[in-house]
Amino acid sequence: MRAAVIVFPGSNCDRDLAVALEAAGIETTMVWHKDTALPEGTDLVGVPGGFSYGDYLRCGAIAATSPVIGAVIRHAERGGYVLGVCNGFQILTETGLLPGALLRNAGLKYICRTVPLTVGTADSVFTAGYAAGERIDVPIAHHDGNYIADAGTLDRLEGEDRVAFRYGDNPNGSVRDIAGILSENRRVLGMMPHPERAADRGHGGTDGQRLFAHLTAAMDPA
Amino acid sequence: MKARVHVMLKDGVLDPQGEAVRHALGAMGFDGVDGVRQGKVIELDLADGTSEARIAEMCERLLANTVIESYRIETL
Repeated sequence: MRAAVIVFPGSNCDRDLAVALEAAGIETTMVWHKDTALPEGTDLVGVPGGFSYGDYLRCGAIAATSPVIGAVIRHAERGGYVLGVCNGFQILTETGLLPGALLRNAGLKYICRTVPLTVGTADSVFTAGYAAGERIDVPIAHHDGNYIADAGTLDRLEGEDRVAFRYGDNPNGSVRDIAGILSENRRVLGMMPHPERAADRGHGGTDGQRLFAHLTAAMDPA
Repeated sequence: MKARVHVMLKDGVLDPQGEAVRHALGAMGFDGVDGVRQGKVIELDLADGTSEARIAEMCERLLANTVIESYRIETL
């Protein structure tokens, strides 16, 4: 089981994500955004949180055009796993790998605190360690986490059981309380909350740990 | 040649920043401001003869996120 964590200029959760993956027994390599290929045998790509390219133009917009993203898209298209957290989720929507977009928080403020989430589905390698409907606590830290998509897309996401996480107490205005969504093949997950910041007892909570712990057992090779 | 690209949130997409500006104007005593939408203007310095189709491609692929934003191209 091998993971590659992409490092953009301005990424700041890349090492945390790698630590959480390694702790779950997944061999993890950091990949610079100027690389045009992923390491041989990569099963999972982690797109980390942060402020890639200073959030210039729109959060994630410039990162979505970086050299490595072509390789990430090809990896996803051949059925590889991708996990995008926070800025990583924004980048995945900008690439089109996930539908919708993330707008400025409805309250206009940057929010950094642990929030309650409800697990929307256990039907993915990322959420199989949870029970659907289970309540967990995971930190958020973002200014632009207000998820939006058109009604048709939202109905489809819900109809296909692709809402991975919902906010218990919507902090940012996200439509239908959406905190994380899955791709059509359920192998790409984008989420604003940071599971890697709730993956060790030293973090004050370990509800994010199961997301990583379950991956090794569950991933099929792409 | 130069072109100016106006990027706005689409109608129907709530603009929290525009709303905050509207509230501030009201608080300052500017009555009758019923709505504020905040967008961005991007000025491009282009090789002569760049077609509008080419600029539209730049908008579609990078300058605007057409999931939430609309754009208008003005060649100068």
